[in-house]
Amino acid sequence: MIKVEEKLFQNRYRVDNGRPHISIKDADLCLYKCEAQPCTYCCPAACYTKEGDGSVVLITDGCLECGTCRVICNEHENVDWEYPRGGFGILFKFG
Amino acid sequence: MAEKFDVIVVGAGPSGNAAAYTLAKAGLSVLQIERGESPGSKNVQGAILYADALERIIPEFRDEAPLERHLIEQRMWVLDDDSYVGTTYRSENFDKPPHNRYTIIRAQFDKWFSTKVQEAGALVICETTVTNLLLDGQRVIGVQTDREGGSIYADVVILADGVNSLLARKAGFHGELKPKDVALAVKEIFFMPEETICQRFNLQGEQGVAIEMLGKITQGMIGTGFLYTNRESLTIGVGCLASDFKASGIAAYTVLEAMKAHPAIAPLLEGGEVKEYAAHLIPEGGYQAMPKIYGEGWMIVGDSGQFVNAVHREGSNLAMTTGQAAAQTIIELKTEGRAMTAKHLARYAAKLKDSFVMKDLKKYQRLPGILHKNHQFVTAYPELVNRAAHTMISVDGVDKRSKEKAIRGSFLRARSLFGLMGDAYKLWRAFE
Repeated sequence: MIKVEEKLFQNRYRVDNGRPHISIKDADLCLYKCEAQPCTYCCPAACYTKEGDGSVVLITDGCLECGTCRVICNEHENVDWEYPRGGFGILFKFG
Repeated sequence: MAEKFDVIVVGAGPSGNAAAYTLAKAGLSVLQIERGESPGSKNVQGAILYADALERIIPEFRDEAPLERHLIEQRMWVLDDDSYVGTTYRSENFDKPPHNRYTIIRAQFDKWFSTKVQEAGALVICETTVTNLLLDGQRVIGVQTDREGGSIYADVVILADGVNSLLARKAGFHGELKPKDVALAVKEIFFMPEETICQRFNLQGEQGVAIEMLGKITQGMIGTGFLYTNRESLTIGVGCLASDFKASGIAAYTVLEAMKAHPAIAPLLEGGEVKEYAAHLIPEGGYQAMPKIYGEGWMIVGDSGQFVNAVHREGSNLAMTTGQAAAQTIIELKTEGRAMTAKHLARYAAKLKDSFVMKDLKKYQRLPGILHKNHQFVTAYPELVNRAAHTMISVDGVDKRSKEKAIRGSFLRARSLFGLMGDAYKLWRAFE
């Protein structure tokens, strides 16, 4: 099992505390209408986790701002996706 | 009082910088807005810089730009689980200046490009996210930012805001990206001493190698891997279609880890210190997936307009060329005293149509569709080719004619005669 957290630990972030730039529009939709929950394995920073009760929890702190979660949620369009406020989020040292 | 500029450029990647530089140099008032703490801090690329596009904008760039290594060798590997069949093209001619391609580190390169933009006279503000376009009916009249009192106006807005292209989407100029039209790529950068890189890759001084990879490493998904030599680091990455990731249930970092452990790759990375992990979407839908690239008071350049030639791994050059073409269109219209209307900005699309940008995108327009339906090109064939090589090269008392027969048999079993002929035809159609 690969710990993506160890990878993210190499990166530089300025987290905008209390102001996540991405949110799940309707949590019930993930729980009841989305069987595959592709965000839980497609996000390259593993920001989305499947909980024991089948719900999906999103923590954006490690977000790489790629946009994959929004694009692959095409059947449900349940991801509200914005860029972080200016200066916040991932700060690539090399890119 | 609201500020007004001739042009607002959103984003400071290669396309935005090319546009802002060209416009400022021609004396137009240019505001460039970047959301990163400095230009480059939000940008991700492999990264290979093709000199030609930049040379047409800043001819003397080689004297100043932070370049890593010039490429003298290109390797193409087709991988099976524990082997690869490869081709190598290495030429002394690529070692002679002016060099054709370089590896770069984008955070450094974009920062340098931005200093040129600022020297040319553009106003560049960082740490500012453009949240919306300001519209007057269908016409873009400026941008809204996340700064206080953040409305700024311009005659025309250039959207160089990257693959996600949120601004044009919010304004209703185009729809959402489709999972089959974008690749998700992840990569890591490994630091190691310069001498180690030179020894491992048979290089001297600033010579560099690029390795492009295809086959089992993408675990049945349509995609490619790469390994590039920088001065004192290697970048290794892999990208597959988002639709394939979605269908496969495999995480991108799992694919990257398995690729790094491949017996042909692991020794090249050994002892390196990983300093960053990055992910990025690459628009790969090509010609068929391209959105509208101009309208009333707006233009789209670079990844935001899906200007990527996935077959040849070209993107940053298309970004710069489209940025420059957009800027030249504006300069011409301004000189002629014409308004920045869709009718007049159409000249931008005409310029691209006459350039390599649209000619190349058009040439490969069938390829994405063919690959989507034919995963054997990244699964069965790499395996067959590797096993064929193994059979022919192993000396084991079996005569060569029998070996050839066995190889032919393996291809026919895997794909059938009609399958093989069909595949050859599909590839010919895709590349003709």
